[in-house]
Amino acid sequence: MALALQTFSTVKDANAALKSQGTRYLGGGTLVVRAANEGDVSVFGLVRSTEPSLSTITISGGKARIGASVTMAVIARHPDLAPLARAARAVGGPAIRNMATVGGNLFAPTPYGDFTVALLALDATVSTDHGELPIEEFLASRYNSRGIVTAVSFAIPAQGSFRFLKISRVKPKGVSVLSIAAVVEQAVDGAVSSARIALGCMADRPLRAIAAEKALLGKKLTRDGIAPALAVARDGTSPATDPIASAWYRNEVLPVHLGRLLLA
Amino acid sequence: MAKVPVQFTLNGSETAEFIDSGTTLLNALRDKIGDTSPKGGCHQGTCGACSVIIDGELRLSCLTLAETCDGAAITTTSGLSQGGVLHPLQRAFLDAFATQCGFCTPGMIMAAKVLLDHTPNPSRDEVVEALSGNICRCTGYEPIIQAVLLAARANSQNAA
Repeated sequence: MALALQTFSTVKDANAALKSQGTRYLGGGTLVVRAANEGDVSVFGLVRSTEPSLSTITISGGKARIGASVTMAVIARHPDLAPLARAARAVGGPAIRNMATVGGNLFAPTPYGDFTVALLALDATVSTDHGELPIEEFLASRYNSRGIVTAVSFAIPAQGSFRFLKISRVKPKGVSVLSIAAVVEQAVDGAVSSARIALGCMADRPLRAIAAEKALLGKKLTRDGIAPALAVARDGTSPATDPIASAWYRNEVLPVHLGRLLLA
Repeated sequence: MAKVPVQFTLNGSETAEFIDSGTTLLNALRDKIGDTSPKGGCHQGTCGACSVIIDGELRLSCLTLAETCDGAAITTTSGLSQGGVLHPLQRAFLDAFATQCGFCTPGMIMAAKVLLDHTPNPSRDEVVEALSGNICRCTGYEPIIQAVLLAARANSQNAA
């Protein structure tokens, strides 16, 4: 196996090189080098950029901008991103977290990509050299994208409003049976004023539980209050059957774990 | 394909080599440089047998391209013993019977070294977390966990 790696100091130049047939962008290597090691002959050229902004985290006015080359380990220990630490630590073991980037996670196929589930719940914006896209739009066509992702941005969630849960069979780390991220805001009386719930492993890419979000509005986070949301949690899901779990199992346990997340 | 030069510090020694572009660090270390301590297990980032320390961070050499390590300081298990004396972690793995087939051991020791470098007296949970990216199919993990805790105790006794 031999891959020609080209390194560019700017994203612009790397984008131009990426137009060649058979080239892929190299982030941390946990996806594309793995694919090459597995014998993916469609990849014969790699491109990367060392532009400093790709490795920068900017916190300003309650918003975070994370460069696409920032690793999960850096996010997990960043003091201003503490609410997200759990989601970043959910990715792989220590070595993987030192390599896997936030940009790469956006392209990780199910059952991987747990951090992207968190980004979807946070309604992140994905930046490329060509502009910005809401994460839902980006995910819908992520494999058609030929522009290098430069950053993700999102409003840092209020204290206690962001929740994340990853379910895996192997402890402490294993591939996801499913993952759930939620940003739930409550009024003074405890009633849910807004809810955004994202599911991992429940389709071929992270998706929102829109019916459950609607069913939560105005309800309190009690067993009775969340029951209507749990009843519609599976709406729109189409999980895969893979060596980790069957589609049937994933659908069976989704309401259980969503309930635990909401009542935690 | 044109060769590309790579230069890094391997276990304290300046190392330079010409490699094919796209060669993984694992292949460069084993096939070109002759350091066979990192093992090629899954080549997918799952087993951790190829773990090395690059600039103080645990990385998987099977998923790291060698040319991205230009100028880096790399540590492998073969660089741990000094003058024929085993590193405390190597000694502890022997004393705690933490090796069986031994294939995962270099990766386990690298993961454990990064942990002890930052956390000299780890809890059992911290050891488990630190080793969570390394797979052993022989020992059942418990002797490995005990070996790391033994090494930590030995280090703290030596420091006292």
